[in-house]
Amino acid sequence: MSGAYDVVIGLEVHAQLLTRSKMFCGCSTVFGAPPNTQTCPVCQGMPGTLPVINRRAVEFGIKTSLAIDCIVNADNRFARKHYYYPDMPKNYQITQYEEPLAEHGHLDIEVDGAARRIGIERLHLEEDVGKLIHEGSLETAQSSRVDFNRAGVPLMEIVSKPDIRTSEEAGAYLRRLRAIVVYLGVCDGNMEEGSMRCDANISLKRAGATPLGTKVEVKNMNSFRNVQHALEYEIKRQGRALDAGERIVPETRLWDPDKGQTVSMRSKEFAHDYRFFPEPDLPPLNVEARWIEAVRATLPELPAARRVRFMRAHALTAYDADLLTGSRALADYFEAAVAQCGKPKAVANWILNELLRELPGDDERAVAACAISPGNLAGLITLIEDGTISGKIAKDVFEKMYRSGEDARTIVSREGLTQVADAGALGAVVDGVLAEHAKVALDYKAGKKAALGFLVGQVMKATAGKASPGVVNSLLAEKLSKL
Amino acid sequence: MLTDLTIHELGARFRRGDATPTQAAREYLARIAALDPTVKAYLTVTGDAALARAAEADARFKSGAPLGPLDGVPLGVKDVFCTRGVRTTCGSKILEGFVPPYDATVVARLLGAGAVILGKLNMDEFAMGSSTENSAYFTTRNPWDLSRVPGGSSGGSAAAVAADLAAATLGTDTGGSIRQPAAFCGNVGLKPTYGRVSRFGLVAFASSLDQVGPFAKDVLDAALMLQAIAGHDPLDSTSAAIPVPDYAAELGLGVQGLKVGIPAEYFIEGLDAEVEAAVRAAIETLKGLGAKTESISLPHTEYGLAAYYLIAPAECSSNLARYDGVKYGLRVPGARDLIDMYSRTRGVGFGAEVKRRVMLGTYALSAGYYDAYYGKAQKVRTLVQRDFQKAFERVDVIVAPTTPSVAFKIGEKEDPLSMYLNDVFTIPVNLAGLPGLSVPAGFTKAGLPIGLQVIGKAFDEAMLLRTARAYEAATTWRERKPELAA
Ligand SMILES: [Zn+2]
Repeated sequence: MSGAYDVVIGLEVHAQLLTRSKMFCGCSTVFGAPPNTQTCPVCQGMPGTLPVINRRAVEFGIKTSLAIDCIVNADNRFARKHYYYPDMPKNYQITQYEEPLAEHGHLDIEVDGAARRIGIERLHLEEDVGKLIHEGSLETAQSSRVDFNRAGVPLMEIVSKPDIRTSEEAGAYLRRLRAIVVYLGVCDGNMEEGSMRCDANISLKRAGATPLGTKVEVKNMNSFRNVQHALEYEIKRQGRALDAGERIVPETRLWDPDKGQTVSMRSKEFAHDYRFFPEPDLPPLNVEARWIEAVRATLPELPAARRVRFMRAHALTAYDADLLTGSRALADYFEAAVAQCGKPKAVANWILNELLRELPGDDERAVAACAISPGNLAGLITLIEDGTISGKIAKDVFEKMYRSGEDARTIVSREGLTQVADAGALGAVVDGVLAEHAKVALDYKAGKKAALGFLVGQVMKATAGKASPGVVNSLLAEKLSKL
Repeated sequence: MLTDLTIHELGARFRRGDATPTQAAREYLARIAALDPTVKAYLTVTGDAALARAAEADARFKSGAPLGPLDGVPLGVKDVFCTRGVRTTCGSKILEGFVPPYDATVVARLLGAGAVILGKLNMDEFAMGSSTENSAYFTTRNPWDLSRVPGGSSGGSAAAVAADLAAATLGTDTGGSIRQPAAFCGNVGLKPTYGRVSRFGLVAFASSLDQVGPFAKDVLDAALMLQAIAGHDPLDSTSAAIPVPDYAAELGLGVQGLKVGIPAEYFIEGLDAEVEAAVRAAIETLKGLGAKTESISLPHTEYGLAAYYLIAPAECSSNLARYDGVKYGLRVPGARDLIDMYSRTRGVGFGAEVKRRVMLGTYALSAGYYDAYYGKAQKVRTLVQRDFQKAFERVDVIVAPTTPSVAFKIGEKEDPLSMYLNDVFTIPVNLAGLPGLSVPAGFTKAGLPIGLQVIGKAFDEAMLLRTARAYEAATTWRERKPELAA
């Protein structure tokens, strides 16, 4: 690939709203219930049934719209989008089309220290479809069953403007958006379970040229990593094709994470005619200014503001503040630990270097389920700061805290991990090490300064890491000078 | 015979203890058994359930605590309404075997008022038609002349009332499906304002036009039926949260001083001479009762039919998409794949008229044609609405013929377009969402009923009922009954 192309990416993100009931009926939205136990005549689309708008879903939509600086439309309307599929009870989906809930927003991201503003085209509400379960593979299945539990679950679709230029920007945009919806408590942000889904539109055009390139849609990316990898793959694939003078076909492609490539799903030449028209079973939805202001009053501190506050109040780097505020649970965790030990830099390091490595994910649930409470992490940091344990021992203690949920002091006192700083006790160990490694000591005296590290290491080994490094260093220096 | 009586007459007997709901139910069931093989109004008769409910009503009357005017009264409902535990076909093969686990709101309200439901009435498939010849099961006969249609699509509901096979019935009116069969069968049919009555549980044809209403033996009965079913329903967001007046209380106010509009566009070429004469005579009667008449113009009437035949099919193509063989009703076996299953099931399950409208609607909504057809039709709809708004600035109520002609022969109208013309006077009222009523206004020399249509302002059903009642009281048309022999 010659690198002479401008990349144009737009993202469509579907977020499942954390309402208790479905978009147009009273059924529960709890994930993982036995098939078809959370359905009623309305969400099964049975004859004569009618939809009733879930007010809470609209409220969540307004909340998100405000957080991404969208203009909430006073006049909203639902429409029908038609296509036949067995998991869609009515064979049309109720969604918003010409008059969406909100439009014209933006989201600020930062990639490699450079700030970028990504425009947001629209935010609209719609209902999810059910799920098909094939007996065996799709091709060979003798029968297929439908689970309508998910049918009618409220979704919010956020469509970006084609302002994204790189896969890194796409990743940053998605992480920011996810952080926002999770902060707002309107979506749990879980991509693996499908509560957040992302489709990407991507095209390449000659650098500086005005005509837009041919758009390819990529679907089926169920993690941030997938999105980034899929986009990187597509940018390369399309670039190579253009280099070779080939035409890009407008099509939908699926990301195959096992093969690490996108594969063609269907050609856009046969694009479906959805025959949109205004949903006659629902009157236009009027969102009054008063309602919008009432929702605005409930907005929490958003990630961008919190990030700035973390940098100012806790002297964190932009990078650290960004990571910590990427999840509301993580940021809350950080603040709770800092409140108890007063060491923001240390807390940040422990969270970002140790805790995130252990957690099964960095989402809200993983953080909430973590065995080390913020108070316990603060306790560990206090033990390090006051010299009770060494940093090396602390890592061990941290591991044990993570497995057992015990606090640091309990583990340290039970296992006798307290740092040895007594010059008398350590003096004997140092003497022993010098006697055993007399040649190394002589090397040091002869000017091989690196030998000192080896000697320190031997003392630490002999004390199972409990020796205070400072005391060991000064003892060694003193005894070596006397040799 | 109890089956001769109106709801209010029957209720009076129950209260006096001269008759019991069980006696009434038994008489109606016996009459259905004797006459319905001839009339063919019922698709399903629920005799056991009716007798059980009648027995409950007996107990209420015995204890002196009846629920209201409908308590113990035997009624029928069009098979377009979902009835819990009772098969609901909508006159279509595609819903064969469908037994809803829920009641339509209007059915629940009738049952809540103590009514005894005798069964489900025949109709044109998915309420598409003007003759009940489009039922997938059989054609209902007009009790006044068995070789003629009862009108449609609520033909079963109209014929049942005319033949005394129910004290009153419920139908639906999307483009005239209550008023036209009421005119053909010689009873009172009322289409309320769009939003006045809940559509929940009514199998949808065209959502923005469908409305539920009663067929009754007289105007007071129509008022009692409307009273029972009207009012906001949280399950239907398009149902209006507007208070429901006491219709019966306002019935006797008369027409003295009322301004009655006569639309020039409803007295056109093609209007049957006998119908025109009867309607003009009815207008004279109203004048005689003290009403003032005024000529008005509804200039967009001629475009109403065309707009309707784009909007209604568009909505029907969408509403009927759910009948695909996947979840309930008919599934034709032997399909090669999913699309084949859809095609076979819908191919066999839907009749010609439904297919015609689904195709038309699909076309009207398709990407390149939306603006030219559906969009344009919506604009026309607005113009029709404005016509009525302007007229109602000057008049209290509008009267006109309900239909251009009287009941035609079964099989007579083979051309769908000539069939569509039947609804030319009723359709504009649906497009505007207004209430309309048909009241008997005479008979042709051949003895076929003629209907007078009364059109009112939105949510002013009381005015229609009052006008129709004044006219009814001044005439004797309702005393005539069709002669039927088992
Ligand atoms: Zn439901």
